[in-house]
Amino acid sequence: MPLEKISQVSGSAVYVPGDDIDTDRIIPARFMKCLTFDGLGEYLFYDMKFHENGDQKEHPLNDSRYQNASVMVTGMNFGCGSSREHAPQSLYRAGFRAVIAGNFAEIFFGNSINLGMPCVSVSNDVRNSIAEWVGENHSGQVLVDIKDLKVRAGDHSFTCDLRPGARDSLLNGAWDPLDELLEANQAIENINGGLAYT
Amino acid sequence: MTKQNLFEKVWDAHAVGKLQNGQTQLFVGRHLIHEVTSPQAFGMLREKNLPVRYPERTFATVDHIVPTNETQEPYSDPLADAMIKDLRKNCDDFGVTFFDTDTGKQGIVHVVGPEQGLTQPGMTIACGDSHTSTHGAFGAIAFGIGTSQVRDLLATQTMALGKLKVRRIEVNGTLNAGIYAKDVILHIIKLLGVNGGTGYAYEYAGDVFDSFSMEERMTACNMSIEGGARAGYVNPDAKTYSYLKGRPYSPKEEDWDDAVSKWESFRSDEGCHYDDVVKIDAADIGPTVTWGINPSQAIGIDESIPDPEKVEIQDRSSIEEAIEYMKISPGAPIKGTPIDVAFIGSCTNGRISDLEEVASQLNGHKVKEGIKAIVVPGSQVVSKLAEEKGLDKIFRDAGFEWRFAGCSMCLAMNPDKLIGDQLCASSSNRNFKGRQGSPTGRTMLMSPTMVAAAAITGVITDSREVFSA
Repeated sequence: MPLEKISQVSGSAVYVPGDDIDTDRIIPARFMKCLTFDGLGEYLFYDMKFHENGDQKEHPLNDSRYQNASVMVTGMNFGCGSSREHAPQSLYRAGFRAVIAGNFAEIFFGNSINLGMPCVSVSNDVRNSIAEWVGENHSGQVLVDIKDLKVRAGDHSFTCDLRPGARDSLLNGAWDPLDELLEANQAIENINGGLAYT
Repeated sequence: MTKQNLFEKVWDAHAVGKLQNGQTQLFVGRHLIHEVTSPQAFGMLREKNLPVRYPERTFATVDHIVPTNETQEPYSDPLADAMIKDLRKNCDDFGVTFFDTDTGKQGIVHVVGPEQGLTQPGMTIACGDSHTSTHGAFGAIAFGIGTSQVRDLLATQTMALGKLKVRRIEVNGTLNAGIYAKDVILHIIKLLGVNGGTGYAYEYAGDVFDSFSMEERMTACNMSIEGGARAGYVNPDAKTYSYLKGRPYSPKEEDWDDAVSKWESFRSDEGCHYDDVVKIDAADIGPTVTWGINPSQAIGIDESIPDPEKVEIQDRSSIEEAIEYMKISPGAPIKGTPIDVAFIGSCTNGRISDLEEVASQLNGHKVKEGIKAIVVPGSQVVSKLAEEKGLDKIFRDAGFEWRFAGCSMCLAMNPDKLIGDQLCASSSNRNFKGRQGSPTGRTMLMSPTMVAAAAITGVITDSREVFSA
């Protein structure tokens, strides 16, 4: 089945402030005891959202005004730490389809693109402007334009950045590389046979 | 011929071709899997009706969820029990070698690979775990991957990856007494930051890395990802070859000389290009401890917790957040901070030399009353070796609990967890909020010897003051 060509993502947004938000915060390790990714949306940012007794903490994701958000806006070095794909999976399964951040940790970024979830980087000023706009327009639509590398919110248009390879793979519907990898059958066999080790 | 660094040589030897998106299709010669990040990948293979392309290139073990105080199945935790059984079935169905709990070879995947001789110079190695960079200690290019890439490797033995830049980090001079590989890597991360390595592989070099044992090199390479670098490596040398000789999956006697000359050929060429070079003076490195909620928030044992009022405005909020979470005071010395738990183990510091080093210093010292102190060997092989040397007895006599092998309290996916806001002096690799199993639990990272010193005094301590007496 051909993959969807992703040239833009739009939806209401939520701002989750903070730099260096790590993968343990996005999905605490105890929720990774699972054989499928299916239920992970429920545990997104769990310990940020709930006290140990189960009571809700004050957190943007607990704010009813942002319940339908599908675009997350956040700080620098988002997704640092573990290689667990459980982190982007939990975002995706909680309904998020794009992340706007200062920048991203490498493995998290790759894992997200693999799911067809664009991660675009913006300057601090742009991030603050988007966050401010989102705070005033809770259900306003934020559009992440992969083609033009713009984030549009109301009358505003901001520049964002996405690595060319990742951008192309989203635009061309090639964000999951498996089919293309499988095609290189003979070339794979050549490397396999030519290596000094088995 | 163009001069190349090791990264470029290994990359070129494994590049299958260019993909449409500009990334390289990279052949991964050694694939390691464990129970947490592989079940969904096997599920995807079944869904697509794909076989494992080269099952002989994948090796499995179970580490994250294994209890360290029981070996009997079913495990008390039904989810953990389901995960080990699922991995067993997947390995069985797809013909993958599994170092199961009854083989004597089970352990943390990054301890098992090297000790079985699976990790060799010039290889590409990947595993669904970010600490895969550990294997770079052998002059391999090793990196952590997500589950979709685990699937890609199972199905094709290749994955899509953009080429990394290479930063050479030289640590020259001589380390002061009582300074360990853990201090060196914490110091490097402190200097370059948690995302300083984004887009880079780190080549560790200089007098200090030359003189390091293989296990010390592994400790340093292990934490490359904590500095944002996806891979970190040391050029292979005589120590590398001598470590590998005679291990179960190392080249056999008749192939040995060929293997060594091949391995030598991967070494970075004299005068080759690096995208960046950083030089560090070994004398500047002291016993290093993290005070905050990411591994770059580290200070020397004689230093004080930063005061947010006295730093640049852009750093203020992250320091305030860390101080609030850690329940510590700005400007207070780190030394003397009371601890509740001491953890020695993990893929960073759970190897035999780590345990030997600590045991050699315990010497009649006892864990302070009220402190829970546990030692978790990195693998069954480490455990057996340690027991043969009587280290288990030394630790027990000193008041430590001696456990079975696994990841344990590094990420607390098994029953070993902090309770409430307990503070743990830990030889592991991450001090993220909630990392050790309690959402309010606190972690301070340090060398195993420093952990032991804290266990004995009950507070964060300069180990040189405890153990020199």
